[in-house]
Amino acid sequence: MPYEFIEHGADVGIRAWGKTIDESFAEGAKALFDIMVDINKVEKQDSVDIKCEARDIPALFVGWLNKLLAQADINGMVFRDFKIAEITQTDDKTYKLSAQAFGERLDRDKHAIKVEAKAATYYGLKFEKKGDDYYLQCVIDI
Amino acid sequence: MKIDVKQISKYIWEIPKSGEMLVPGRIYADKELMEHLISDVEKGKEWNALVQVVNVACLPGIQKASIAMADIHPGYGFAIGAIGAFDTETGVISVAGVGFDCNCGVRTLRAQITRDDIKGKEEKLANELFMTIPAGLGSQGQIKLSLSEIDEVLIKGARFVVEHGYGWEEDLTYMEEEGCIKGADPKAVSYEAKQRQFKQIGTLGSGNHYLEVQYVSEIYDDVAAKVYGLFPNQILVSIHCGSRALGHQIGTDYLKILEAASRKYNIPIRERELVCAPFKSEEGKRYFSAINCGINAAFANRQALTHLTRKAFNSALNVDEKSIRTFYDIGHNTAKLEKHKVDGQMKNLIVHRKGATRAFGPGRPEVPDTYKSIGQPVLVGGTMGTCSYILHGTEQGMEEVFGTAVHGAGRVSSREQAKRRWRGTELVKQLQEQGIIIKGHSLPGVAEEAPGAYKDVTRVVDVVHNAGIAKKVVMTKPLISIKG
Repeated sequence: MPYEFIEHGADVGIRAWGKTIDESFAEGAKALFDIMVDINKVEKQDSVDIKCEARDIPALFVGWLNKLLAQADINGMVFRDFKIAEITQTDDKTYKLSAQAFGERLDRDKHAIKVEAKAATYYGLKFEKKGDDYYLQCVIDI
Repeated sequence: MKIDVKQISKYIWEIPKSGEMLVPGRIYADKELMEHLISDVEKGKEWNALVQVVNVACLPGIQKASIAMADIHPGYGFAIGAIGAFDTETGVISVAGVGFDCNCGVRTLRAQITRDDIKGKEEKLANELFMTIPAGLGSQGQIKLSLSEIDEVLIKGARFVVEHGYGWEEDLTYMEEEGCIKGADPKAVSYEAKQRQFKQIGTLGSGNHYLEVQYVSEIYDDVAAKVYGLFPNQILVSIHCGSRALGHQIGTDYLKILEAASRKYNIPIRERELVCAPFKSEEGKRYFSAINCGINAAFANRQALTHLTRKAFNSALNVDEKSIRTFYDIGHNTAKLEKHKVDGQMKNLIVHRKGATRAFGPGRPEVPDTYKSIGQPVLVGGTMGTCSYILHGTEQGMEEVFGTAVHGAGRVSSREQAKRRWRGTELVKQLQEQGIIIKGHSLPGVAEEAPGAYKDVTRVVDVVHNAGIAKKVVMTKPLISIKG
């Protein structure tokens, strides 16, 4: 169960699991693009570097998803695979992420478009550890 | 958890001031909806609209009440359907009160033709609109902009589009703010937001956004309908969309900025999304300016789509483009500077409407001269298969709810539930049997917007009508719906 969608009145909640925090960040990104397209049909032809920072891990997760949305828009791309290079804490109020997103130019037919995501939000934001697994959760505004 | 709720009248419910609330909460709803909302609180549901009404009532400078309309459902910090008006001297501006799509709204166009005039040509018109209106993920508009032109759009709104030959001066007369709100400084908008806008002017988007060809199916108020230029079976076109990715990015950027501001100015954060800054602070002023940019971007977007709609009508039906006139254009995700009476005195307020429509009464200077005797038209969108309404604002609405009404039906089923219950292809077929043509770029997207996933728009509209804060003028029914 790497990621799952959870019920939310008007929009879509996502919950992303991982053995590490990095892994759940990558799974959350897959969930985000799964809302928008059939990610199994996206090929890894190109990549974009992503950097962001926030005051804690959950906010960094939301920031990461929003950066991906912006980069997808600006480059006309969709992503399917994600490599988190590092997540570091530089002081007690700053966490930094650098990562790579892999995908290709959006093809509306090939990728079987679903709906646009407006933004990842702080709503329902959770960061917990259950057993050996971490999970991160937030609601995506559609 | 428990929230005390008192019934004030048949359609008005109050959450009395308690704890840190600065004003009471006030909800316009019928009994069934209210019971549903209360049970969500009692069950301790994770997404909870009444808790959000209480949270907004605690924000500094709030005036009269933390208000919610009959289409209320859980949102981000503010419930959808919420109104929060704040004193400009002592109050705050909140990113949660506007959301991730500034000035998402509805433009309605009125043609001079009737349902009979397009009989047998519906499919042709639907295909033409589907080909002409860019919609869905990754669609691009026909107007490509440079960075300096984007700044101009953010300052001039729909006027920029009209100046480039897409529409006429008259369109601007029938828009809120005449399609161009003042106080928009493009410097308050990030480069990333602007980059996302280069190709998106004149695109519909997806989700609950749509373009719908409708006809006037019932008239409730002959005098108002006449003043509004509406008649039985008349063809109307309603365009529901907003400020696209630029608006999404403004929301994302300022969520972060205002989160820091809430801490800086010691404003307690009751829900992580419910962040704000004093309206008079640097952060508050910049956010207000960014909202105004987003508002103008949405006006420009709906103006470009209006132009494309006219082209499609002309091409499919040989209808004169000039005969398709803008009826009105309203936003339902805004924070605006307005003057309202509070405790007998006129005050400058910053009025947040999150999923709520401005509904100014007769005589207000903001209402176009032609409509002034009746009040502002209020455009309430239904769902694909049901109906929509046009109402007018009232004096009572000005007094009670800062001149505001509902914005739509409001969801009852989640997108995931909807996709499990309905299939896109079957829905399209069922609606076709009812004489409604659906053209969508994404079948799962159509299923998520199934009429059954929403509250009954008629019940929602009846609440505001019976409460007297806005009055019904006409009902419209859909013939063609274009979805992203």
